[in-house]
Amino acid sequence: MEDRSLHIVIVGSVDHGKSTLIGRLFFDSGSLPPEKLEEIKRVCAELGRPLEFAYVMDNLEEERTRGITIDIAHTFFTTTKRKYVIIDAPGHKEFLKNMISGSSQAEAAILLVETTRGIQEQTLRHCYILSLLGIKQVAVTVNKMDLAGYSEAAFLDLKKKIEEVTAKYGITPSYIIPISAMEGENVAKRSEKLSWYKGPTVLEALDSFEAMRIEEKGARFPVQDIYEIAGKKIVAGRIEAGTLREGQELWVLPGKTKAKVACIKKYLEPDLNEARVGECVGLVLDGADVKRGDILSESLAPSITTTVHANIFWMIDKDYRLGIPLTFKCATQEARGKIERIRRRFDPASESDAVTDADKISQAEVAEVDITLSAEVAIEKFSDIPELGRFVLEHEGHPVAGGIII
Amino acid sequence: MDHLTALENKSIFIIREAYYRFRNIAMLWSVGKDSTTLLWLVRKAFFGEVPFPVIHIDTTYKFPEMYRFRDEYAKKWGLNLIVGRNEGQVEAGMGPGKGTKLDCCNELKTNALKRIIEKNGFKGLLLGIRRDEHGIRAKERVFSPRDENFKWDYEDQPAELWDQYKSTAAEDNHFRVHPILHMTELDIWKYIKRENIPLTELYLSKSGKRYRSIGCAPCCSPIDSNASNVDEIIAELESSHTSERAGRAQDKEDAYTMQKLRSLGYM
Repeated sequence: MEDRSLHIVIVGSVDHGKSTLIGRLFFDSGSLPPEKLEEIKRVCAELGRPLEFAYVMDNLEEERTRGITIDIAHTFFTTTKRKYVIIDAPGHKEFLKNMISGSSQAEAAILLVETTRGIQEQTLRHCYILSLLGIKQVAVTVNKMDLAGYSEAAFLDLKKKIEEVTAKYGITPSYIIPISAMEGENVAKRSEKLSWYKGPTVLEALDSFEAMRIEEKGARFPVQDIYEIAGKKIVAGRIEAGTLREGQELWVLPGKTKAKVACIKKYLEPDLNEARVGECVGLVLDGADVKRGDILSESLAPSITTTVHANIFWMIDKDYRLGIPLTFKCATQEARGKIERIRRRFDPASESDAVTDADKISQAEVAEVDITLSAEVAIEKFSDIPELGRFVLEHEGHPVAGGIII
Repeated sequence: MDHLTALENKSIFIIREAYYRFRNIAMLWSVGKDSTTLLWLVRKAFFGEVPFPVIHIDTTYKFPEMYRFRDEYAKKWGLNLIVGRNEGQVEAGMGPGKGTKLDCCNELKTNALKRIIEKNGFKGLLLGIRRDEHGIRAKERVFSPRDENFKWDYEDQPAELWDQYKSTAAEDNHFRVHPILHMTELDIWKYIKRENIPLTELYLSKSGKRYRSIGCAPCCSPIDSNASNVDEIIAELESSHTSERAGRAQDKEDAYTMQKLRSLGYM
């Protein structure tokens, strides 16, 4: 069994059966605790409803009485191959910020499309968000095949449309699987009613996904904080790329001064002379003074700039208008700024063309923008060093947009 | 990097982020396995020190073993321990036998906590809750803002992308920060084993019974178990399907007790 767990987000339009699919996956694979099943049966009886698998995920009273998912829930699930963290995302447009929050933590996704309703606005939006976030492993499930009489022709018709849309938005589905989450067909068990389908079940598709590979890259260490411990200055942070070694010379960005790693510290590990990507460590440095937000880098590859060219997704229901002040947060860097130019904006769910040189961005829209900042930052392309290539924009302390540097 | 090391690094990153952001911060220590693991992670994050107060909310109904353990390790680890009690309600006889569980938890835990936060003006509070404990906790953010009434606005939580946590807005009174939200019960026990973290003996089997989750003595039931050390607990959990909080009375009163408690500011 693999040691690390894989994070999977379940997305798709409202009522296409996301929560039901997860509930079914838990139930059919025997992962549901008996008291949880009892609790769900009791609540369903009180509400006068048939057994509702979605209640495994929808635990808020409002979610159950309204029959919708409001916020993401993370649950844990294990197969013979590996552990999973399953993130259920809400399908309503008003909860898009929650869907994006969940997707930002995922390495792979399941996109649900309902047989009779087909591709909806939120299907398109979610598809585009997955693509922007760089999630490449996507399984599409065509749900509620029971409502289409398990017809192969109906499936093939929708499959063609799904392939067109995903290709347009830069996603190549790993699989397109006909299922019925409600009836448990092709979820954890192979369906006899869908015997014309020869591909994997949902569970088999999950197990075929791969954990994100970590590539060997030059060291990057965003400074998180400075502690004074036993008279020594310790520079705390997490290695976001590469390897740090004692004696290594590093650039301190954006100031372009230099520092040398005198010592790498972790509690109860006295003889550490090297640390790798993902590790939180403390450094004792010789040379330049550093502060929170500085990026220690092996090379001068990051761009030192006050202008950021990026794709952003606007998450709140209030429009952005050119010039409104924002805070830019990337790794541990923070700078005040504003969007100077909206090169183009569009709604992934709409047929209309993109608006170029726009003066506003509305909820659920995506835009290619130039952001100007009041101080220099060190950034890279998302595809090179993800942590230095993605950011959040805030307005008055509230996150309003996420962005990917291009 | 192996699974437990990855979980540990995520927790340490969150703890350090919270300390940088607020400085005036504290952590809640119930003396159970989760918050003791959190305390261990805090010590690792700050190279053996705990640079902020550790709060124990004392309902006066805890197990004697818990008080003993608390005092022993507060001394051993040099903790700045704050014990919080809702004295008025304790004297008035509030307890599990009086009123509903919701009233009792709300008075003796939530309101005791409110007073401590108000008195000390803490801007951040580290809590050892986990997503797999309860469906309501599965919905939590890592940095969760609370307003002046301590309300958790679960219908409109802020976006939380990657490792970027929400800044403080005008209406945010304090933040609940959850550094072990991503760990499961099994992860916790495997980590306890790897790190050799000390725990109260309540978790170990005595005459065929042990506690899987601990809180106030009158509201916790032990489970049937012969697991008398950490290895046996791990083996038991790997083959069991019952949920962790099956022995906790407050969860049984009503399907939404946890949601109601938490929206009022409960941990």
